[in-house]
Amino acid sequence: MSDTLVAIENLTVRFGDRPVVDRVNLSLYRGDIITIIGPNGAGKTTLIKAILGIQTVTSGRIIRTKGLVVGYVPQHLSLESTLPLSVRRFMLLSGQPLAECESALARTGVSHLLDASVHHLSGGEQQRLLLARALARKPDLLVLDEPAQGVDINGQAALYDLIRQLRDELNCGVIMISHDLHLVMAATDKVICLNQHVCCSGYPADISHDPAFVETFGRPVAEALAVYHHHHNHSHDLHGNVVDSDHSSPAISFGDSQEGSHKGCQHDHH
Amino acid sequence: MTIIDALLNDFFWRALIGGLGVALIAGPLGCFVVWRRMAYFGDTLAHSALLGIALSFLISVPLNLGVIITSVILAIALMLFSRNKTLASDTLLGILAHSALAIGLVTLSFMPGVRIDLTGLLFGDLLAMNRNDLLWIYGGAALILTLLTALWRGLLMSTIHEELARVEGVPVERLRLLLMLMFALVIAVAMKMVGVLLITALLIIPAATARRLASTPEQMAVMAVVFGFIAVAGGLSMSWHLDTPAGPSVVVTAFVTFLVVYGGAGRLSTRRSA
Repeated sequence: MSDTLVAIENLTVRFGDRPVVDRVNLSLYRGDIITIIGPNGAGKTTLIKAILGIQTVTSGRIIRTKGLVVGYVPQHLSLESTLPLSVRRFMLLSGQPLAECESALARTGVSHLLDASVHHLSGGEQQRLLLARALARKPDLLVLDEPAQGVDINGQAALYDLIRQLRDELNCGVIMISHDLHLVMAATDKVICLNQHVCCSGYPADISHDPAFVETFGRPVAEALAVYHHHHNHSHDLHGNVVDSDHSSPAISFGDSQEGSHKGCQHDHH
Repeated sequence: MTIIDALLNDFFWRALIGGLGVALIAGPLGCFVVWRRMAYFGDTLAHSALLGIALSFLISVPLNLGVIITSVILAIALMLFSRNKTLASDTLLGILAHSALAIGLVTLSFMPGVRIDLTGLLFGDLLAMNRNDLLWIYGGAALILTLLTALWRGLLMSTIHEELARVEGVPVERLRLLLMLMFALVIAVAMKMVGVLLITALLIIPAATARRLASTPEQMAVMAVVFGFIAVAGGLSMSWHLDTPAGPSVVVTAFVTFLVVYGGAGRLSTRRSA
């Protein structure tokens, strides 16, 4: 079967007069991990909601492969404290048999919490529960909205690692939003920098020599991670210029983006 | 049959049977009111019931039907208004709740030919329940319980996480509308019992009481029904023995039960809030 799971063509979403997502072209493939980065209000969440089919689209098209099963991992599970709910019950509400639910919980490392109350989970446990719930559906496409929010730094690395392993096991596509640049860059195949439109997109390049990065994270981290450089020269301005220290690294365009990879915005932000 | 007949001929038994029927549906629906923070919404619908009664007299339709229609229209209007975020939803509900009540009262005052018991409408007239009311209550209960059972997973899922539910294919909007229709129906049948001002209490208090003891949503719904039964039975005997108004007595009993359960459970060393 075709490996294209979702094809987005010229997608625009407006809230009133304001374009929140502006003429985005993007394809999601089986086996690929795509990470969306961008400033607050860049339309990241709106874009993935459109991919999920829960956001009204102003113009453009989203073509999903027939029978596509999507696993969604939302940012939070903000459950009303008046609603009593155990992990078991929450998993079973997915409609999957208990055995599936249990193995999904085991895969994300929270099977011991089966009978715990959802209200008593820590941030990290909650994320793993949400991930397990998405897994139980055996998704072709995994969509995650800031999966590592409320997870400590060690937990974050482990979580991204887990997402990558799951991609290998399920051979699914993954698209996620993240702010944890240094961790994400190591875990992702492709990065999209979104600021209403796709500012730039490409493969994370090894920029361990970038002084700014080394200064921020220290040489050991820098050397351990392949990082896509992304610098801000203005508090809310965003340019996607890549400091490509290794010119042999291939510049490959991906998706149906009109812009080539590693190509910054050609226009001014303000 | 003669026993049933004898029971139905006695106003006290009619009140008890009717009250239990209302508690049967107020329990699970009340849970959704609590889970979805719709208490104020329920109040608004209930207050509009008076307007519904006034309109029923105007266009000569059965009172229950008039109330249901008004509640449904108001519920849909609220859904549409709430998409426009200029006003906070509690402000909007406050405006509509009290305006509906006031318009209802004003409209009724224009109808001198209509003699109605306003106190009964506002605070309930459980002891005046007739066989026709019982028919409405149990018909409504059968319909609502069937719907709730059939839609339970979807309703629960869209209450827990609306977007997740939508991604999983739950028809969230349609379920919300159905839930509102069920509220409208329960208000129409419960109005006779506790009156428009106290209906919300009957929805929330038993559900909130059940929350203290329940560890699953289903347990909470069933326990809410049981606490509703206790409130109805207790309120009616209070009314019988102390000659107090029946509707408010039911609510007082529900409140006392709530205090007892929370006080009693609070004393247990292990706090359960699972």
